[in-house]
Amino acid sequence: MTATTTVSLEAHLNERIADGRKVLLPYVTAGITDDWVDLVEAVIDAGADAVEIGIPFSDPAMDGTTIQEASVVALDRGMAPAQALDELRGREYGVPLIAMTYYNLVYRYGHERFAADAVEAGVRATILPDLPMEQAGDWATAAAEHGIENILLAAPVTNDDRLAQIVERTEGFVYVVSTMGTTGERSDVDDAASVLARRVKAAGDRPAIVGFGISGPETAVAASRESDGVIVASALMRKVLNGESVEQAASFVGEMRAALDAAYPAN
Amino acid sequence: MALSEHPIADTFPEAASPTHMGLPDAAGFFGEFGGRFVGEPLIGACQELEEAFIDAWADPEFRNEFIDVLRDYGGRPSPLTECENLSQDLGLRLLLKREDLNHTGSHKINNVIGQALLAKRMGKTRLIAETGAGQHGVATATAAALLGMSCTVYMGEVDMERQALNVFRMRLMGAEVIPAMSGSRTLKDAVNEAMRAWVAEVTDTHYCLGSVMGPHPYPWMVRTFHEIIGTEARQQVEALTGGLPDVAVACVGGGSNAAGLFAGFADDETVRLIGAEPAGGAAAGRGVPAIVHGMKAYFMQDEVGQILEAESISAGLDYPGLGPEHSHLALNKRAEYYPVTDEQVLDSFQLLSRREGIIPALESAHAIAWVVQEKEQLAGKTVLVNLSGRGDKDVRQVQEILDVQNNTVNGAPK
Ligand SMILES: Cc1ncc(COP(=O)(O)O)c(C=O)c1O
Repeated sequence: MTATTTVSLEAHLNERIADGRKVLLPYVTAGITDDWVDLVEAVIDAGADAVEIGIPFSDPAMDGTTIQEASVVALDRGMAPAQALDELRGREYGVPLIAMTYYNLVYRYGHERFAADAVEAGVRATILPDLPMEQAGDWATAAAEHGIENILLAAPVTNDDRLAQIVERTEGFVYVVSTMGTTGERSDVDDAASVLARRVKAAGDRPAIVGFGISGPETAVAASRESDGVIVASALMRKVLNGESVEQAASFVGEMRAALDAAYPAN
Repeated sequence: MALSEHPIADTFPEAASPTHMGLPDAAGFFGEFGGRFVGEPLIGACQELEEAFIDAWADPEFRNEFIDVLRDYGGRPSPLTECENLSQDLGLRLLLKREDLNHTGSHKINNVIGQALLAKRMGKTRLIAETGAGQHGVATATAAALLGMSCTVYMGEVDMERQALNVFRMRLMGAEVIPAMSGSRTLKDAVNEAMRAWVAEVTDTHYCLGSVMGPHPYPWMVRTFHEIIGTEARQQVEALTGGLPDVAVACVGGGSNAAGLFAGFADDETVRLIGAEPAGGAAAGRGVPAIVHGMKAYFMQDEVGQILEAESISAGLDYPGLGPEHSHLALNKRAEYYPVTDEQVLDSFQLLSRREGIIPALESAHAIAWVVQEKEQLAGKTVLVNLSGRGDKDVRQVQEILDVQNNTVNGAPK
């Protein structure tokens, strides 16, 4: 078992949400730079409640241009799943890590072995966007044996019946896909995100966290109105791709943290 | 309703078995291959498409319309040609199913007419497609023009250069062609781009996938629209020879023309089914399936599961995967898949041109190349080859290669 944190991701998030806090989950592509693990630590220091670790895949069909580019950079630098977990291992993060990747990499690694290696690296949950609920059983079972939760996505087009099942079967939180599209910065977040977040909250008591299109403090605040918080991926990786330092990238996360805390003061 | 309970099941006497090309299971699997591995935003669209296809295919009116358009517009049935010269050269009986004579120059039109009519029936106003060689893109642009729909085609930047003429053809028919700039900038990246676009525009747009690949129901639906190849060929061979062929051969990219041909013979144990893959894109027989492009199927991949780039002289076969039903037939050894090299393909391209006056697509030349390679073991046998397309699109590329190779100018000595 990892020394980093022993509570589940969901319990960890619920504890913070109960305090009135909106949670902030930055995403870092493993291997995007030499010091990517330092970036993970820096965004935690800047106020992240959990961090998504993107393990780069050759065919990221759900991702927009920024994450595609980040994936290519990381793959060209030789990043691979085992190496990503290896480089994460041995540090104290203080918050849970979430592995976000495409299912083929987990399938090839082997469910059992991936779960074992991931948990040692501080990973407490996975997001596999191309592994829908119907096909997720085998992985979720193997993951659960190692205390890893499998997070399911909900989209604006997901119908009520299906949404109820997703809310029932997801672990950690419900990943609220804000818009019908791929990941990427947007100047405003769709109304669809608020509508969906409200539907998720009505369907059960899982945390609902909005991802796709969060570009900075303003969209983070807007998207948190009906949800429990946000995921910021492309906007952060864009800064790194543009050559910004760990400190600069982390201070962007700090600004989002401050904006969320100002808009939604803790109880 | 489970597929097997639906009226459509009558047209597929049994569910898919290791050797029978029938219905996939309710989750879209052929044995262990296939399924629906897509993001949540596309699940609803796949379900809607599955229901619409089942409903349409069970409706005689839809089927009649499909057949009528393929006949009056597409030029079906395509003929069966006996190659007397090459048969003599090779010591076997070579029959060609002439999909090259279809409107737009390849088998691709069968699937595209089916999907475009279905999209129209579903109330969609726009078609998007990926394309490799440009044949599927041209066919989609054609169907869009015919049915008054708008059309966007995603094509790898590299392929746009290799197949500039097809890019122009698509534009001529009113389609927009968008370069796929990511990854290897070939077919697999065009698929990724088209999937991304589909997510964003799913309400009014149908993704007209070009081969027997992708999430359920595509592999099954695309094969079904192409079954007309095998059905016709079976009757034509029987009428000509009084029996069945010993071998049925087709080139395999994603596998649509092969699936259409094989479907006509899969239940005939005496007919060997052969898929010819490019040596640089041979996905079969590597033993490890991957999950990508919405399906579980054999793919070329590295040891950690990153998908590799295929490399072939023919853009249309530059796909690192093999459709799920083919993966299933390969695992169960009902069909066999063999690689042939670019060099063999170039030779066969010239051979068929010179000996039969038929310039094949580079893709289709793979099937001929396998027959030439195996002529000894095929001696005296009746060999049916699906000539999936014509070579007009490829003559310029081949001219350039041969001029360099033979030190010629436009085919004549310098
Ligand atoms: C003439 C021709 N044959 C074959 C193919 C390969 O596709 P499939 O394997 O789906 O038949 C293509 C694809 O562009 C083609 O143009």
